[in-house]
Amino acid sequence: MNAFLNWIEERIPMMRVANMHAIQYPAAKNMNFWYVFGFLATIVLVNQIITGIWLTMNFEPSAERAFASVEYIMREVDYGWLIRYMHSTGASAFFVVVYLHMFRGMMYGSYQKPRELLWVFGMLIYLALMAEAFMGYVLPWGQMSYWGAQVIVSLFSAIPVIGPDLVEWIQGDYVISGATLNRFFALHVIALPLVIVILVFLHIIALHEVGSNNPDGVNIKHKKGSLAEEDKTVYKIHEYFTDKYDIVDDVVPFFPHIVLKDLVAFSVFLFVFCYIMFFMPEMGGYFLEHPNFEVANPYKTPEHIFPVWYFTPYYAILKAVPDKLMGVLTMFGAIAVLFALPWVDRGKVRSWRYRCGLHKVNLLVFAAVFVFLGYLGGTPQEDWKIDASRVATIMYFGFFVLLWIYSGKEKTKPVPERIVL
Amino acid sequence: MKKWLAILLLVPSFAFAAGSNYPNDHADIDLNDQESLQRGAQTFMNYCLGCHQMQYQRYQRTFQDIGVSDELGDKYLRFTGEKVSDYITSTMPAEASATWFGAPPPDLTLVARVRGADWIYTYMRTFYVDESKPFGVNNLTFPDVGMPHVLEGLQGTPRLTYETRMVDGEMTERYVGLRNDGNGKLTTDEYDQTILDLVNFLEYSGEPSRLQSEKIGKGVLIFICIFFVFAYLLKKDYWKDVKK
Repeated sequence: MNAFLNWIEERIPMMRVANMHAIQYPAAKNMNFWYVFGFLATIVLVNQIITGIWLTMNFEPSAERAFASVEYIMREVDYGWLIRYMHSTGASAFFVVVYLHMFRGMMYGSYQKPRELLWVFGMLIYLALMAEAFMGYVLPWGQMSYWGAQVIVSLFSAIPVIGPDLVEWIQGDYVISGATLNRFFALHVIALPLVIVILVFLHIIALHEVGSNNPDGVNIKHKKGSLAEEDKTVYKIHEYFTDKYDIVDDVVPFFPHIVLKDLVAFSVFLFVFCYIMFFMPEMGGYFLEHPNFEVANPYKTPEHIFPVWYFTPYYAILKAVPDKLMGVLTMFGAIAVLFALPWVDRGKVRSWRYRCGLHKVNLLVFAAVFVFLGYLGGTPQEDWKIDASRVATIMYFGFFVLLWIYSGKEKTKPVPERIVL
Repeated sequence: MKKWLAILLLVPSFAFAAGSNYPNDHADIDLNDQESLQRGAQTFMNYCLGCHQMQYQRYQRTFQDIGVSDELGDKYLRFTGEKVSDYITSTMPAEASATWFGAPPPDLTLVARVRGADWIYTYMRTFYVDESKPFGVNNLTFPDVGMPHVLEGLQGTPRLTYETRMVDGEMTERYVGLRNDGNGKLTTDEYDQTILDLVNFLEYSGEPSRLQSEKIGKGVLIFICIFFVFAYLLKKDYWKDVKK
């Protein structure tokens, strides 16, 4: 057996990779539950890919058959309903874990030097995920699929000069039609999943290069030769890390310690996931919108057009601006400014535990504003909501302006040298 | 470009186009009640299928799920001359029906998932006589609906009733509710039950996998709980040596 493994190892570095990235990968021992969402996102990604493959076996991407083929899957394919619900619940679960994962990064300053690129890769994943989710939602060809696509695709017509032609190019037709559905299918099942998988790979490679952060934002890798022997970790850490750094005695190996922690979190997550999937897959109309159980009808506009819940904050920002082009720019700006976060934040201390009180308030208000925008964008329009969404939009961008101002000369608390549990 | 603006601007106004805020009554349905489902199927096949379809659902699957043998189903539930393995479709031509009703009657397979059981239960019980409408009836839940009151023979002729009262020295009319002429085959309670059965059947057709889903779901959740205990104990064991 050993000879066989050696034979393989000499030809492809299987054990070396497993050791470097899991068994002998150092992770801070104080990682709390906020650190499980990256792992969960990976699990959900795998779920989406596998259930997606099975769905394509019976889904028919044409305007005539798409809706009927989804009902065929729901009724006549063995456990087709289960595969479909795993996929539809998974889509929302993906955004739940990704939003929490991003908020974790903001709380503990995981985007700060040297993790800027890690954050940028993460944002690219988020962007690709939004495109993926949007196109996936069009595929069942229900009323919301159709009219949601109508609203989102026509956003591109706001671009000066080329706008209308661009929309036609995206749609492959003068209107949203079977041609649009077909190309969205191609992008949803091949192009974007490939992009996402590659980006996730890069995200993890970048993470393992700079190392995982922790709730204290304390370094676990120190300059070679700077630590006394008794301060170094007792665990076997891969030479890739120990050759360059002294690893402090505050770490545990990723496998099995962190993986087991993730496994506990995973079972809690799975309980909630399965409860929703088996007992309330529509999630009160948030995961599967009621009008989407009606086949797309270009002659009948639904009462209200909402994107799915994970897009509603941006939808509220879009609607807050009276001018069309400015609205679109503001909406994309809301995403773009997140990309710039590592450079907007000029602070030197990572974790909000040791940053100024204003920072804590600022971040919590930002999270609340994001949720509030989601509420505004996902409920029927009322007069007061227009003003409210304008205020909330200003506050959304205000977070970044404030952060840039106070992080320049911030009064921070002393950061501990070592991790104390 | 204009289209986009039109959509955004129209979105709020469509909220009013849908009109009615008539409060829904709660439909106390039970998917486990097969007799109710069978009665509902019978009402559907006799009264609804003339115009509406259930085109994503097959006869045979339906018979199996509501506990009816193919023979009994043929006798009491299948009238259109299709095979038992066929989808439940209507013989009414869609184009002609669009001319007759203004729009083709919607497919009802998923109507319970679009509207909700409570809404259908209320809708079917809030028709009233309105001679100004093409079919002579209107509906409180769905104003100006282009559908005749198909079940009038069962319910009787429903009318809006008002009472005249002296308020502040003036005679005023106040709407008190719907009352029917009592010329239907069923009493009010019997009619409500008929509608409840029908709604139950539509709830079933919206998601035939519901009962199976909940059955499997319970097993899965129990398994996850057990898995959690083992995962937790294993984690605790590995972490006990980690220095505080």
